[in-house]
Amino acid sequence: MQPRLVEVRRNVLKQNDVLAAELRRLFTDAGVFATSLVSSPGTGKTELLEKTLARLMATSRVAALVGDLATANDAARLERSGAPVRQIITGTICHLEAQMVGDALVDWELAELDHLFIENVGNLVCPSSYDLGETLRVVLMSVTEGEDKPLKYPTIFNTADVAVITKMDLADAVEFDRDTARANIQAVRPGIEILEVSAKTGHGMEDWIRYLNSQTTAAAVAAA
Amino acid sequence: MHELSIAMGIVDGASEEAARLGAARIESVHLRLGQLSGVVKEALLFSYSLAAADTVLEGSRLEIEEIPAAIFCDSCKAERELPSIQNFSCFVCGQPSANVVRGRELTIVGLELGSEYAAAVG
Repeated sequence: MQPRLVEVRRNVLKQNDVLAAELRRLFTDAGVFATSLVSSPGTGKTELLEKTLARLMATSRVAALVGDLATANDAARLERSGAPVRQIITGTICHLEAQMVGDALVDWELAELDHLFIENVGNLVCPSSYDLGETLRVVLMSVTEGEDKPLKYPTIFNTADVAVITKMDLADAVEFDRDTARANIQAVRPGIEILEVSAKTGHGMEDWIRYLNSQTTAAAVAAA
Repeated sequence: MHELSIAMGIVDGASEEAARLGAARIESVHLRLGQLSGVVKEALLFSYSLAAADTVLEGSRLEIEEIPAAIFCDSCKAERELPSIQNFSCFVCGQPSANVVRGRELTIVGLELGSEYAAAVG
């Protein structure tokens, strides 16, 4: 008797996807706009987020979750903005999963928030597989990383909703080729909006905040 | 490197399916792995035997079918495989497309049951 092949159909990440869908429903019902940030380590997610929280706080209720393998340093930095912040320490895990986000939010009153930011672990590979229930996934690359970053990590760029090029204040110093970088992003994610910022000097921050607010409004209209 | 946790997910999922089928031994697990799944085949194969240890899947093989990424071309009204993973455009007309129709799969599609089980039911 030969072994027998039985057909099954089962998504390996089903558990994560189910939890992410629950989170997404929770966010929609509470009227909170969830944005996740992914990039390499050192691109400037925390710097951009710190300045973003500070700017949005003038008009909105904002909070952030931040994932790292070790240390609560990023949470401490983000808390300087005055917004509620919680660190998720992942230990040896190289990405956030929906379960970790859900656990971190357990005693937060989501209805009292307008924006929730989720800063993923610095990693351009693993986070691409995990839906966190976010409405907007932002991929960041800095001018110091090389224009071909999107070609090296096409999967994560392809899953993003918007791309942000950071550290624009260093663009001239590192002879950043803006057109090539933008073309490379478009090659792996056609039609994506690309913003350029320097969180340090404030360059492009108005456009970034305007973009976030336009997305929030669009989501609210869609939910209504 | 998150292939070990993916491998553990495969083992958990396949173990549940095996239990549902009443199978005491599994020869192999068949997996569809998309080019855009974010998972590296070699690392997954390496992790699989570790994840399968001390489970009903111990000693089983992981059979991986790789699925190339494909987009839907609005101009040609057709599905097209990518010219390369760095180029999300139609290889016939050149039109870029963000509409990915294949390549994100990370799906268990079959279990090969042990012969003694097959004999018992078959």
